[in-house]
Amino acid sequence: MGDPNTATRSLSDPIIRFENVHKRFGPLVVLDGMSLDIPRDRTTVILGPSGVGKSVLLKHIVGLLRPDSGKIFFCNQRIDHLGERDLEPFRKRIGFLFQLGALFDSMRVGENVAFPILKQGGKTPDEIRDIVHEKLSVVGMEGSEKKWPADLSGGQKKRVALARAIAMNPEVILYDEPTTGLDPIRSDVINELILKLKEELGVTGVVVTHDMTSAFKVADQIVMLFNGKIVTRGTADEIRHCPDPDVQRFILGRASEEDLRALHRM
Amino acid sequence: MDMQPDKNAPPAALVAAGSGADLTADGYRGFGWIAALGRSTRESIQAVGDFTCFVGSAIGWMLRGPGGRAMRDLMRQMFEMGTLSIPVVMITGAFIGAVLAIEAYPQFAAIGIASRLGSVIVVSVVKQTGPILTAVMLAGRVGGAMTAELGTMKVTEQIDALRAMAADPVRTLVVPRILACVIMTPILTMYSDALGIWGGWLISVGVDGVRNYSFWHYAAAGTDLFTVNVGLIKSLIFGMVIASIACYKGFRCGNGARGVGQACTESFVASFILILLTNFVMAVMLNNFYNWFWPNQPSLL
Repeated sequence: MGDPNTATRSLSDPIIRFENVHKRFGPLVVLDGMSLDIPRDRTTVILGPSGVGKSVLLKHIVGLLRPDSGKIFFCNQRIDHLGERDLEPFRKRIGFLFQLGALFDSMRVGENVAFPILKQGGKTPDEIRDIVHEKLSVVGMEGSEKKWPADLSGGQKKRVALARAIAMNPEVILYDEPTTGLDPIRSDVINELILKLKEELGVTGVVVTHDMTSAFKVADQIVMLFNGKIVTRGTADEIRHCPDPDVQRFILGRASEEDLRALHRM
Repeated sequence: MDMQPDKNAPPAALVAAGSGADLTADGYRGFGWIAALGRSTRESIQAVGDFTCFVGSAIGWMLRGPGGRAMRDLMRQMFEMGTLSIPVVMITGAFIGAVLAIEAYPQFAAIGIASRLGSVIVVSVVKQTGPILTAVMLAGRVGGAMTAELGTMKVTEQIDALRAMAADPVRTLVVPRILACVIMTPILTMYSDALGIWGGWLISVGVDGVRNYSFWHYAAAGTDLFTVNVGLIKSLIFGMVIASIACYKGFRCGNGARGVGQACTESFVASFILILLTNFVMAVMLNNFYNWFWPNQPSLL
């Protein structure tokens, strides 16, 4: 974690590459000429204020959103112009933890985790049951196979969703706010899991978060977005010592003078 | 110094003619309504095209064969749409048949042909009221629930999650729903028809004193296989219409609870209008078809 040499070496071998990507929703510019390399076998953390386009960036990686212009590459293959069926082989190599879990309401917890395994095929029912049990144990949700998502708390849903995201041992996992809604101890378990997946299985992680403790713990590279552009990037140590006052205010969690003045006017 | 006119400026006559404060993108004052009309026309055409592609995609997946969980999903949908709708469809059918008898009896009795009430009630129920009322009940009970379920799935990113896991949402979610609705609507129509005829019989024979033999004799004489098939063919099409619109509206719903609620309303209104429109078109087509193949058929009366 935080080794500049590692980050520099890995950047020469990106698994995902954004080239001058633009995306807008009506008049709102979300990505404004975004160029970014996501290094292989490393964890990249995307930081930035709410509504700056971090989740939009993640959705571009799996083709859930298409750029207005620019190119996106996965393992040096351009994917932004592919149709849904052509994207399937790439999507099978990527796990996605959605911000609110996105568990299927009509399926029990066990069926949710088994869904990507069934989709890929080639496993017997006993093997699927074992994998589901193992993945749920990893996130501390063992024994919840028969429960319905509606009966779980927000944090439990997030953990089951994480079990589903890792069910097929994907090469890349996209984590959209993995620790939001979890208590500090459970958050640290998730951070350790992200590190373990990287170190033991070589999983490339892309983490969108506001949790600075989590960001500094798991990041090999931190990228900070503002107004659709990257304002700074570097290792955790480089970001900690970045002289930019906006970056410092964000990582220290301090309101701007302008925000404070607005509050005092109330 | 000579001033050159701006070639891009709107003609002065047009600017003068406009009286409203609205401006088009090109600055033509007072002609905003033309721009709005053009915009809404374009959006309507786009929506029709989008809906056609959506239904085409669902039909394409149906022809390619079921997915992994398709049979299980289909059975669940058939139970929720069909089995659970039987009571409401039967009650509606019975009351409509009864009301038909109540309204028709005095007219028929006045001209001395009350014994022939059975033929009119059965043909009306089997050909028109049975299929249409079943479809309208399903559009409200099933179509609304389908739009709400799929809309909520969209809002909570469950549809995105399916796509991210390389599962086609149309194949996984839409195909079982359309198939279930197409299979169950004719079956429910048969229940509605049966109870509608029973309701009509109960009033005609039990209350108005029409002879039981006369009721069934004229009912059978006025109802041929074509009449029964017309009702069932209609209900097949209605099933397709209800499920396609409900799924489409769910997939395209706006954000939040308001977006889901609005999609449900639009789904019911669009289904209802399309059911009536389809019924009208099919009534004309099938009657012409009947007269072409079986001309000079005797009147029901």
